[in-house]
Amino acid sequence: MSGPSTYVPKSAFGKWFESRLPIVGLIHSSFVVFPNPRNLNYFWTFGGILAFMLVAQILTGVVLAMHYTPHADMAFASVEAIMRDVNYGWMIRYLHANGASMFFIAVYVHIFRGLYYGSYKAPREILWILGVIIFLLMMATAFMGYVLPWGQMSFWGATVITNLFSAIPGVGETIVTFLWGGYSVANPTLNRFFSLHYLLPFMIAGVVVLHIWALHVPGSNNPAGIEKKTEKDTLPFHPYFTVKDAFALACFLMVYVWFAFYIPNFLGHADNYIEANAAVTPSHIVPEWYFLPFYAILRAIPDKLLGVLAMFGSIAVMAILPWLDTSRVRSGRYRPVFQVFFWLFAINAVLLGWLGAKPPEGGYVIASRICTAYYFAYYIIILPLLGLFETPKALPASIADSVLGKSGSASAMPAGAAHEPSKKA
Amino acid sequence: MTYIPSFASRIAVAVIASFMGASVALASGAAVPPRNDWSFAGPFGKFDETQLQRGFKVFHEVCSNCHSMNKLAFRTLAQEGGPGFSEEQVRALAATYKVKDGPNDNGDYFERAARPADFWPSPFANKQAAAAANGGAAPPDFSVIAKARTYERGFPWFVFDIFTQFQEQGVDYISALLHGYEEAPAGFTVPDGKYYNHYFPGNVIAMPPPLLDGQVSYEKGADGKPQAPETVVQYGKDVAAFLMWVAEPHLEKRKEIAFKVLVFLLVFAGLLYFTKKKIWSDVAGHA
Repeated sequence: MSGPSTYVPKSAFGKWFESRLPIVGLIHSSFVVFPNPRNLNYFWTFGGILAFMLVAQILTGVVLAMHYTPHADMAFASVEAIMRDVNYGWMIRYLHANGASMFFIAVYVHIFRGLYYGSYKAPREILWILGVIIFLLMMATAFMGYVLPWGQMSFWGATVITNLFSAIPGVGETIVTFLWGGYSVANPTLNRFFSLHYLLPFMIAGVVVLHIWALHVPGSNNPAGIEKKTEKDTLPFHPYFTVKDAFALACFLMVYVWFAFYIPNFLGHADNYIEANAAVTPSHIVPEWYFLPFYAILRAIPDKLLGVLAMFGSIAVMAILPWLDTSRVRSGRYRPVFQVFFWLFAINAVLLGWLGAKPPEGGYVIASRICTAYYFAYYIIILPLLGLFETPKALPASIADSVLGKSGSASAMPAGAAHEPSKKA
Repeated sequence: MTYIPSFASRIAVAVIASFMGASVALASGAAVPPRNDWSFAGPFGKFDETQLQRGFKVFHEVCSNCHSMNKLAFRTLAQEGGPGFSEEQVRALAATYKVKDGPNDNGDYFERAARPADFWPSPFANKQAAAAANGGAAPPDFSVIAKARTYERGFPWFVFDIFTQFQEQGVDYISALLHGYEEAPAGFTVPDGKYYNHYFPGNVIAMPPPLLDGQVSYEKGADGKPQAPETVVQYGKDVAAFLMWVAEPHLEKRKEIAFKVLVFLLVFAGLLYFTKKKIWSDVAGHA
């Protein structure tokens, strides 16, 4: 994926095969000799962790699908049969259910890393937008997956979220009926959600291939936010980054195991161990933790349609972020004022998550509105203006210099933006 | 010398206090159940076989008259990591129940004695019958009820729970509920046919007080005294522990595997760490 391959097959069969399908060369140039910036920190290991989680979710999911029955009368019982009678079924299910949460933990670290180090800026706009698409697909997949056990929270979560589409003027009701396959969330809904829950991960895998392809054109961004120039700035992917990624993955897996084996129901809801019942509404309908910030934004707006637009807008705005941030300096490391707003944004996101779990009343609503306002202000007011007014710190001359502690001034910056970094060294 | 807190720290204290106050207030649809020591809590938790047997006895003699437990197969009572009944005991127990089977070769449905492979028969023919016999409220099924009940922990306790592995809200709640019946406070009207319970959300519960002191006799130890006190509080704990096992029959195995996997990962990550250090040692500017 990065220009002509330098791979030379050793065996006769290898030569014969490579001249017909140069796939080994592709892997060699993409994951063996691929030059990565040498200064990548551990936040850059989350891409590999996410790839691992996608594979883990697909593998555990395929096994679960062998034992699961997507029928409104049998789904709950079939999940309990998996927990009790399928050999190690409890392990596969807990790994899958907690795997979804781990997937989101990793993707949020990955996204915030991109936000801090300006990984969305030219020439990585398409790479970033593909990431936003993966995030959307992940959300759809996770949402439908949570419906499958057919517990109370599955059922009522599905009812609340699908009902959001009824806010669309004119065609809303028709769309909701179409989503449900009837006039309420029922067996047809469960059936199609199962089908889509099985389909979407493979679509994610497809977009991930594009994401990596788009990544390998300019190569990874890095903590210094300047482009690699000479060979001194880079190290080959293997063994330097394979071993670093492997170490980070092993550490991440310990967290995963802690949750999946010791506190497997910590991230779920007790109500979802009560079978779905259309006649009994739970006292609080709360989505999974990874949706809470967006749920808080939805409920912060008093108008239903505007609330739905704000919720989807909060993700859509990420897609145009490359054109909203006007600063020519990529990395937050060299942007002192940006750092303040960035960390406020991170705290704000956590606060939104906490508010999303609270009932929409009194002070919680007011706090949700303030947080929602800051969320959008960060993207559409602060980042555009900050690039015009902020004076960044001096950039190192090269990646190698930044590692070896020299400082100077770099010229390699994303094009099409405003403020020059100061020249004081 | 008097300490005058700064304006900012006063605001910070007020904000934190209001958050914590709010989370406590919201959790208080009912009182917070007291914490118990459970043998199955924590990273090395294991069920106490004798406690599960006592809990089973309470369930069998009292609860099962009204509550179904339709995901429990008789055979699992002899399964490893459970109450530890023998296969003969389970077969004899199952045989005391009748289940509907069929159709046979003549096309007829018939009743037969239950076998270990059968599931625990429901006390009522269907949900409607259960509701009709219980003042309009069908008693909930017990199969996963220990995981289906909880109370809100609130901030910051839910964060600490990740590290302390506190997962026993359900059993604490169930055991508290069973001894939580009391006189309604003055001014609180309990509807006819309902009862006041200190721990039930909203305090009005349809289930009459199910247990009395001395109602279930526990097996006697060598000294002629019962294994455990024959009190409502003890019955509640024992049956809650039994319900935890029913909800999570592979809990012991899960925690056992968890430890092995963690030790493996710890060693593996350690090896990878030193491998990484070695590989990167020839790169200038890196540790």
